[in-house]
Amino acid sequence: MTRDAVAPGSEHLPTARLRTHRGRRRRDAALAYLLVSPSLVIFTVFVAYPFGRNIWLGLYRTPPFPGLPRRYAAYEQYQQILTSPEFVASLRTTALFLLMTVPTGLALGLLLAVAAHQRLRGIAIYRTIFSSTVATSIAVASVIFFTLLNPQVGLLTWWLGREGQPSVLADPQWALVAVSGVTVWQNLGLSFILMSAGLQAVPDDLLEAASVDGAGPWSRLVNVTLPMLSPTLFFSAVVGGILSLQAFGQIDLLTEGGPLRKTNVLVYAMYDAVFRQNNEGKAAVLSVALFGLTLLLTLVQIRLLERRVTYER
Amino acid sequence: MARADVAAERSASRATSSGSVTLSGVTRRFGDMVAVDGLDIDVADGEFLVLLGPSGCGKSTALRMIAGLDVPDEGTVAIGGVDVTDVLASDRDVAMVFQSYALYPHMTVRRNIEFPLRNRKVPRADRDSAVAEASRMLGLDDLLDRRPSQLSGGQRQRVALARAVVRQPAVFLMDEPLSNLDAKLRVQTRAELIELQRRLAVTTIYVTHDQVEAMTMGHRIAVMVAGVLQQVGPPGEVYDKPANVFVAGFIGNPPMNLLTASVPSSAVGKSDDVDPAALMVGPDRVMVPAALARAAVDATETEVVVGVRPENVRLATDEGLPVTVTLIESLGHERHLVCATADGQSVIVRVDPSVPQPHPGDPLCLAWNPEDVHLFSGADGRRLAP
Repeated sequence: MTRDAVAPGSEHLPTARLRTHRGRRRRDAALAYLLVSPSLVIFTVFVAYPFGRNIWLGLYRTPPFPGLPRRYAAYEQYQQILTSPEFVASLRTTALFLLMTVPTGLALGLLLAVAAHQRLRGIAIYRTIFSSTVATSIAVASVIFFTLLNPQVGLLTWWLGREGQPSVLADPQWALVAVSGVTVWQNLGLSFILMSAGLQAVPDDLLEAASVDGAGPWSRLVNVTLPMLSPTLFFSAVVGGILSLQAFGQIDLLTEGGPLRKTNVLVYAMYDAVFRQNNEGKAAVLSVALFGLTLLLTLVQIRLLERRVTYER
Repeated sequence: MARADVAAERSASRATSSGSVTLSGVTRRFGDMVAVDGLDIDVADGEFLVLLGPSGCGKSTALRMIAGLDVPDEGTVAIGGVDVTDVLASDRDVAMVFQSYALYPHMTVRRNIEFPLRNRKVPRADRDSAVAEASRMLGLDDLLDRRPSQLSGGQRQRVALARAVVRQPAVFLMDEPLSNLDAKLRVQTRAELIELQRRLAVTTIYVTHDQVEAMTMGHRIAVMVAGVLQQVGPPGEVYDKPANVFVAGFIGNPPMNLLTASVPSSAVGKSDDVDPAALMVGPDRVMVPAALARAAVDATETEVVVGVRPENVRLATDEGLPVTVTLIESLGHERHLVCATADGQSVIVRVDPSVPQPHPGDPLCLAWNPEDVHLFSGADGRRLAP
């Protein structure tokens, strides 16, 4: 059929009214851009511009007194801050915090999810309890634990046998552990919900097949459940890592970066630089470092972990 | 009973009756619903038994109880003469092929097949030779390093079979293993399965709703309806002498014609002086052999069910049961005439496409040989005679 040929029965249709594929594509594209534009505006104003501005800010030294001109320092300020003992200590604290919160959070979330994945009477009550921490804010969690760890009346202080001693939050040896504990507790609800959802998606017949194939509970967990859960574990590890790198509220409320800067993670160091030291340039450098660290961690996780992830069903 | 005892006892009895399966009074309820009701079945060592029934009849539940994936509320399950009712699935000497195949998606074909052996701590060398043997038997040699997602439906099915075969279990359990295959592959795999079972001579319990599979594969068929076992017997017996109307209507394609007929009240109880054409389908007399008519009369029932298979019905011109053609289905190699009796009951006739065909609306008479008639009770559907 040639281009000009008219389909039988359509002779009476005016040609101009016929809708074409090309026209539809053009209209679809216009609609797509229209729908994307609000996100694009928000992303530009609140992410892209501040990000660029931040890198630029790091190139200038903030004057010691407001009103004096800021001085261009090129990469010198980056070099100076990123090699300072203070930064290295903060980086070490951040890494320790990450190691204490992410694996523990994953393991506990998985443990609770496996425990609550039984068909038992009243199990819904436990599911509600286990997931309830998502409904608390980090401020609430901090206040709860601040009270529990109170050196005079705190229940946990009593359990730990530390009555009459300074609070664990004031103990340089234990402060980071305590803050990590609060963080794990607060993130546990989310971790539990993610793991539970993952467990529900493990097909029953795979577990039954494994039973018939002679696998006991442990073999089923290791050989079937965990591999089938690997996308969830991977996602939780990446998101948990990012959340931990961004932890601020609990540190600000419980320890303010102390004692002896033992809980001075990168985000808190940034906050300290801006609001205590009035040093925007330093804070900008630290935030670029945090971005780099987050990116690096995520790339490493993708490289190391995703190879072990099965998305196949 | 402790695990070790069960294992010891089973290995001791292995030489004699290793793979026999006995269900005694097995009942399983889900809430108010009785899924399996007092099931008694004896499966001999090396036998191929097909559990046949419509979906929801409890056949899969029965299989799961044999596997140990479900526990009976009442009754016992014995494998090889040992009561295993309370033994975990992982400790029973059975292998199962699932409808979905249930292959482990994150493992290669090789790992899938050797998984049962790994769980039993079989040494590596023995494992390798067993996997090689099973994969050769099922033609999987070239696929051992692939993942299940890279296989076709038929290949996955064979991996599931290899995983069951590799361990040389006492019993194979198969839950509709062919239902996810396309029609052509199903026929081919069916033949391979029969061959495999005959060669290995391992007791096999095979669940299906497909009567063709049941007829062609099993040494015996067990027909279940609504959780109750209706009949157990060799395929020919189940086909030729269905125990009741459920079995009669379920086996055969198209199914047996079942006509409700009334016994004239004047004839009830008078078996000495019986009229061979005493039964009435609506206003019309239906011819049954005198012996059957006598059986119907003896049963002192006012209503009976007359069964005739579609292939046993012939078209007649003047004598027989008058019907009207309502629909003609052509299957190429044969035609099915769907007819209606005067009181609206449906009769299907299987006819050769080469003979002159009637048209919808045509009146016809249907006749059959006396020996092809089955007679069932109108009250409870059980077979009356012969």
